[in-house]
Amino acid sequence: MNILEQIRDAVVEGNAGQVKEFAQKAIEEGFGAAQILDEGLIGGMNIIGPRFKNNEIFIPEVLKSARAMHAGMDVIKPLIVSSDIQEKGTIVIGTVAGDLHDIGKNMVIMMLEGSGFKVIDLGINVPTEKFVKAIEEHQPQIMGLSALLTTTMKQMKNTVETLLTLEPRPKILIGGAPITQKFCDEIGADAYAADAASAAEIANMLIGSN
Amino acid sequence: MIVVGELLNASRKAVGTAIEALDADYILQVARDQLEAGADYIDVNAGTFMNKEGEYVEWMVRLIQDNTDAVCSLDSPDPEVLNRALKVHKGTAMINSISLEKERYDQILPIIAGTDLKVIALCMSDEGMPVTREDRLKIADRLINDLCRNNVKLENIFVDPLVQPIATDQSYGMEFLNAIEGIMTGYPGVHTMCGLSNVSHGLPNRKILNVSFAIMAVAKGLDGLIVNPLDRQMMASLVAAETLAGRDEYCEKYLDAFRSGNLL
Repeated sequence: MNILEQIRDAVVEGNAGQVKEFAQKAIEEGFGAAQILDEGLIGGMNIIGPRFKNNEIFIPEVLKSARAMHAGMDVIKPLIVSSDIQEKGTIVIGTVAGDLHDIGKNMVIMMLEGSGFKVIDLGINVPTEKFVKAIEEHQPQIMGLSALLTTTMKQMKNTVETLLTLEPRPKILIGGAPITQKFCDEIGADAYAADAASAAEIANMLIGSN
Repeated sequence: MIVVGELLNASRKAVGTAIEALDADYILQVARDQLEAGADYIDVNAGTFMNKEGEYVEWMVRLIQDNTDAVCSLDSPDPEVLNRALKVHKGTAMINSISLEKERYDQILPIIAGTDLKVIALCMSDEGMPVTREDRLKIADRLINDLCRNNVKLENIFVDPLVQPIATDQSYGMEFLNAIEGIMTGYPGVHTMCGLSNVSHGLPNRKILNVSFAIMAVAKGLDGLIVNPLDRQMMASLVAAETLAGRDEYCEKYLDAFRSGNLL
């Protein structure tokens, strides 16, 4: 097993200490940051995603793997600045106004980062104007909106309506407990993700279709 | 233990379908089953129906009260829906719920101020979800004091310190439990109430976590629960926990439950 595979497996196991150690070793062996990131760290998270989706592993295990991935990122970060790694794309994400839930959104962020996206988190209770400003500032390919309450679905609809008028505009990806594909179609968002792992898969598809 | 039966919630698929079809038999059956199993309040929620919520809630309240002795927990953040339901509701309803979020607080307060309605007071503010015991107690303190100043009796307030998933942070269980203790000892006469299934979100075999957490919360003083009363293991565990917590003189409720076959 080469060192990149060892990193990947340590991410899957959620062993932050090992990931750190192996990432260091990989650098010493002459691997570039891009390769360590893609084949090691993201490779590990790519195994985690489907397992989570199939209920083979559970939220705390995903969190543990995400922590391990971040430990590896910290090691390779100094190299990334100087190397030619291209981020896959930028995603701005937030929970809509009136809604204070962030646990699901944070899981989605973790899976998106694990899949190689740069994610800008606007947090909870985000008014439409703040989403619009973030689009101007960060020029994301995708905008992710979360709503956990039936009462804030209305707000999601309002925000999406405004975002749809922007030119150019990012693809709009929505999710949250009460959200359905039907609702997504009704309000004219580009895509709906049922869970964190699907969110990453769908984000990849959306980028491909850009 | 004051039990609010949680099953008549439109976000549960079978119930949502029954509401939309105005299936009186189904709705009544679920209400009766819950009452028989020991529910003190029947929660009524049509929150997934954006424009018809008020109509459906009114229909359910009438239907349930025309056919049973139930009192309802009116589950909506919308003051129009609540007022409409209160117009037809007989007896003292529970309002589910008020919180310290400004919009919600301003809209719900006029409905309950100076009345004898029961109210669930959710420990949530515009600053976001509370994380620590202290966060919760700070919100609870403001809610309790503001409500009392507006002529809501202490004994009609059910503070919900907000359960969060243990899967995302191992401290969430104890922060909640210690908040229950702080509220119950700090404001004698007030009640605490929660829906606790959120604690097991994201984990397998949720039932054992829910029951264990309920028992731990009862030990800290929790005296109200929004729960599925048809869950016999949960209901039996609640009786046992109250007895063990010293809230069952001469083990009367425990023995009643035993004789009526309710300990499994």
